[in-house]
Amino acid sequence: MRIKAMVTRIIKQFVHDKRTIALLIVAPILVLTLLSLVFNGKEYTPILALVDVPMPISTELEESEAEVSNQSLSEAEEMLEEKQLDAFVTFENNTPTITLEGSDPTANRATLQVIQNVISKQQQNENVAMEIDYLHGSEDMTSFDNFGPVFIGFFAFFFVFLIAGVSFLRERTTGTLERLLASPIRRWEIVVGYVVGFGFFTALQTIILAWYAIYILDMMMVGNFLYVLLISLMTAFVALTLGTLLSTFANNELQMIQFIPIVIVPQFFFSGVFNLETISDWVSWVGPYTPLYYAADALQDIMIRGYGWQEIAIDFYILLGFSLVFMLLNTLALKKHRRL
Amino acid sequence: MTKDILSISKVEKSYAGKEVLGSISFALEKPEIFGLLGPSGAGKTTLVKIISGIEEATNGETRVLGTNMPNLQQMKKIGYMAQSDALYSELTAKENIMFFSALYGLKKSEIKRRIQEIIAMVDLEQDMNKKVADFSGGMKRRLSLAIALIHEPKILILDEPTVGIDPVLRRKIWGNFQELKASGTTIIVTTHVMDEAEKCDRLGMIRDGEMIAIGSPDHLKSETQTESIEDAFLYYGGVLHAN
Repeated sequence: MRIKAMVTRIIKQFVHDKRTIALLIVAPILVLTLLSLVFNGKEYTPILALVDVPMPISTELEESEAEVSNQSLSEAEEMLEEKQLDAFVTFENNTPTITLEGSDPTANRATLQVIQNVISKQQQNENVAMEIDYLHGSEDMTSFDNFGPVFIGFFAFFFVFLIAGVSFLRERTTGTLERLLASPIRRWEIVVGYVVGFGFFTALQTIILAWYAIYILDMMMVGNFLYVLLISLMTAFVALTLGTLLSTFANNELQMIQFIPIVIVPQFFFSGVFNLETISDWVSWVGPYTPLYYAADALQDIMIRGYGWQEIAIDFYILLGFSLVFMLLNTLALKKHRRL
Repeated sequence: MTKDILSISKVEKSYAGKEVLGSISFALEKPEIFGLLGPSGAGKTTLVKIISGIEEATNGETRVLGTNMPNLQQMKKIGYMAQSDALYSELTAKENIMFFSALYGLKKSEIKRRIQEIIAMVDLEQDMNKKVADFSGGMKRRLSLAIALIHEPKILILDEPTVGIDPVLRRKIWGNFQELKASGTTIIVTTHVMDEAEKCDRLGMIRDGEMIAIGSPDHLKSETQTESIEDAFLYYGGVLHAN
């Protein structure tokens, strides 16, 4: 009898919490969908430029699955720098030289395969002599080196989001928020207080995480460590402000955790772990609306490509913009508790 | 222009179209202990939240020391003790007090002086450096009271201050209220305990968001020809229903 009472009570609780039921069903569907989109996505299409490549090979390459154009050497180099190309092909003394952009192992593999196929067919020889140069990265680069910077951003984001969100939520559920609002404190002061107070621990977490990834896990790192810290810290600030903002829409810790599959996991898919070009077009547009996209882009620029401030400045300002908007919205959301 | 400490006129409050308070008016002219008596759900907490400036009335006017509420400057002159102990349990008693004193903009020297005064008053000298998580229910209530008093407010608002407190301690806390009143503090206290209501200078009886009676405990009893506040409350409630 007691068990029956328990079961009835639990079922009733669920029925009253329609949101949890929705999450139970919607969240796995969402994650599964994303996974299928990512893994059943299109084949990667390499983008090549040919610089004075002799006749039969150039026609063969044009007919291959790769996207091919003819460029001058300087044009090709510039396009490679701007990530408009995966590689360009030149010929020196009848030996093909391939210069790869190099930061994405998937793109490297696909590109090399196409070119190798064509050239080996031409030369009737399995062991093709060709020279391969990398603009960034190297043939030793593993997928982890490519994903690594994304993971740094992701974990900085994930944990700060949860912890900041839950503490802000507790403030509400334990009544301390109401007590705060009975004092002359202004709403924005509460928001800024949280950012600064948590910012301290966030900075600590960021430093340890980046240091560990680069110096212990030996993640590929050709750029400036301080830039890595700057971007990770900015990422954590976005997570902090987003977490506290969303905690307004949760009534307890469990509901805060429900935001993980809705807010955190999808960002991960669009952050560059999976090459966005292989994700179906109808969903790949989501990326630029997620903060992690910019964090990952900047971190990859610094760590794999060794870029400096000029290249990451835009990402930095976009992340800063996200934080400021979330802080503003949080201040407005607190109006629900006190108008002044 | 009246010099009332608190004047409330025709205050109404509704949440999402549902009326919680309907046209409440009263005024406190001189320091006193004013009790708001009524069953839970009557609207007492909503009313004190409006006075303290957390909530805003849907209609009507709330003036604290001559200024319309809500007003952040006036909030500095009000001490508020909520129904739940809004304390940070990870912090020590002292850290909690320090935090809230900082919110009210107290200077370091002031904080030092006030902490000594208030912890002696609530009898927590031995426990200042203990974490609040290790406090008993009664200790938490006393600490909440101390925090509400830290900035020497002109008006002290207490929402069910003695719930879950043993009789000895309750008597001591009421002794504190008398002392505060003598030093010029106005105290507004909500309660649903009838014997506590007897100790107030004046009482406002609230039922279903309406002020059904207001006056000193003796006046309310003699007017209704009853022996206790409880009977008086029932009498006024009955009158209201008959109409």
